[in-house]
Amino acid sequence: MSHDKTMTLTLHVWRQKGPKEPGKFETYEAKEVSPDQSFLEMLDEVNEDLIKAGKDPIAFDHDCREGICGMCSQVINGAPHGGMERTTVCQLHMRMFKDGDTIYIEPWRARAFPIVKDLVVDRGALDKIIQAGGYTSAHTGGVADGNAILVPKEVADYAMDAAECIGCGACVAGCPNGSAMLFTSAKVSQLAVLPQGEAEAARRVCAMTEELKAQGFGNCTNHYECQASCPKGIDVKFIAKLNREYLKALCK
Amino acid sequence: MQLLTSSVGRKVLMAITGQLMVLFVIIHMLGNSSIFIPGGINAYAEHLHALPPLVWGFRLVMLVAVAIHILFGVQLSLENRAANAETYAVKNLKRATLGSQSMLYTGLLLLAFIGYHLLQFTIRVTPDIVAGVDAQGRFDVFAMVTNSFSHGIIAFVYIAAMVVLFLHLSHGIQSFFQTMGWNNNKTLPVIGKIGTVAAVVLLLGYASIPLFIVSGILKG
Ligand code: HEM
Ligand code: SF4
Ligand code: FES
Repeated sequence: MSHDKTMTLTLHVWRQKGPKEPGKFETYEAKEVSPDQSFLEMLDEVNEDLIKAGKDPIAFDHDCREGICGMCSQVINGAPHGGMERTTVCQLHMRMFKDGDTIYIEPWRARAFPIVKDLVVDRGALDKIIQAGGYTSAHTGGVADGNAILVPKEVADYAMDAAECIGCGACVAGCPNGSAMLFTSAKVSQLAVLPQGEAEAARRVCAMTEELKAQGFGNCTNHYECQASCPKGIDVKFIAKLNREYLKALCK
Repeated sequence: MQLLTSSVGRKVLMAITGQLMVLFVIIHMLGNSSIFIPGGINAYAEHLHALPPLVWGFRLVMLVAVAIHILFGVQLSLENRAANAETYAVKNLKRATLGSQSMLYTGLLLLAFIGYHLLQFTIRVTPDIVAGVDAQGRFDVFAMVTNSFSHGIIAFVYIAAMVVLFLHLSHGIQSFFQTMGWNNNKTLPVIGKIGTVAAVVLLLGYASIPLFIVSGILKG
């Protein structure tokens, strides 16, 4: 790899020892950053320097590093995942920055996402919403024939668009109300349009929106920041769909 | 009942009551613009108040709508604030607007304005009020309004309140469609524009009255 043009960056990183500890920004210098590196690789090198200096490395979540697991969760200069369209932190390249840039790195902030350490938050509340109804009930047994239930192409496409959600929580982090409505609506919409999920649609939308409230997420006021924050481009049309499903369910 | 407690249920009630108020402000604006026709507003007021059951029915519906809208507006806003207590050191909002971020404040300002407005032209207890009758013996709404708005400060308060209403509705009208679920990715930009245009029309329609009077174009 050619390293002809490396960068030096100033990082202000949120450091917090534990859930109940007070946190604060620490300033670090990231030297010899290659434009070909990913944001997480840049942080890996900062951490190596910290470890060599006998200091506690920055804790941050990550797993697949290919934009599909939804683990990497950092608010970079005020935007979840750095604010590039359809890009997770792990897929964010350092070529998006310039030599001498100052970068603020903060954890997802929402009451429903308590900070575990530094940039790591507990997003278990999203799992609770899924457990409340983000599934279809099916008797187990032999593997069903793939074509036994026919699904029209447009319906399958619609469901697939909703199913793109990777559960990263950026929509919550970006929402001025700390609401998880986009996340919830993606699952509600995906399952409501499929024949396998339709039967339980009414129970599902009620249970999932109730759980959203119980977990301490806020209410949607249609700022649409969630869609702008989402690395998978989940559309707020699914929130309108959730609202429709909710109104339908009430009538029954 | 879930409708009164859940996240979406309360939003829907806010949307419906908000939309009732939008319908009210549209009708009210059309009624008010009869001030530009000689003798128009006095005749309009006379006809309206000849039908007390209609007036009181309307007032009752609006009172209930305002009460529900404020109750849930404040409650949902407080919950949202609690859900997002710790803010970021750096903020980079992309789609939220001044209107969407100030709904609670513009709403409360509107409430204060509605109080003042009713004390003034409905209950008629503010010091600027001239209550007389016109040549046909009708209550002279025209003289009352032109006299009050000839005070620069009163005209200013009304124009400022209409700017606040504009801010509230620049977000609220499109928000109503989304909350009711009458929206998708194709309609969203169109509904957004319709909402803005409607909010502008209401602003111009209402603000023109104090503007024309205070500037002396419309004389009492
Ligand atoms: C009287 C005091 C008022 C208060 C405290 C208030 C407060 C609020 C709040 C907090 C919201 C929620 C923001 C959102 O979900 O988008 C809202 C929405 C809305 N308001 Fe008001 N408001 C008031 C008066 C009005 C008036 C006078 C009108 C119309 C002329 C109006 C029309 C609307 C509409 C259409 C919405 C959007 C409905 C939705 O989708 O939730 N409001 N208001
Ligand atoms: S909707 Fe988008 S931002 Fe929200 S959890 Fe799913 S992938 Fe992440
Ligand atoms: S690490 Fe898996 S999406 Fe970023």
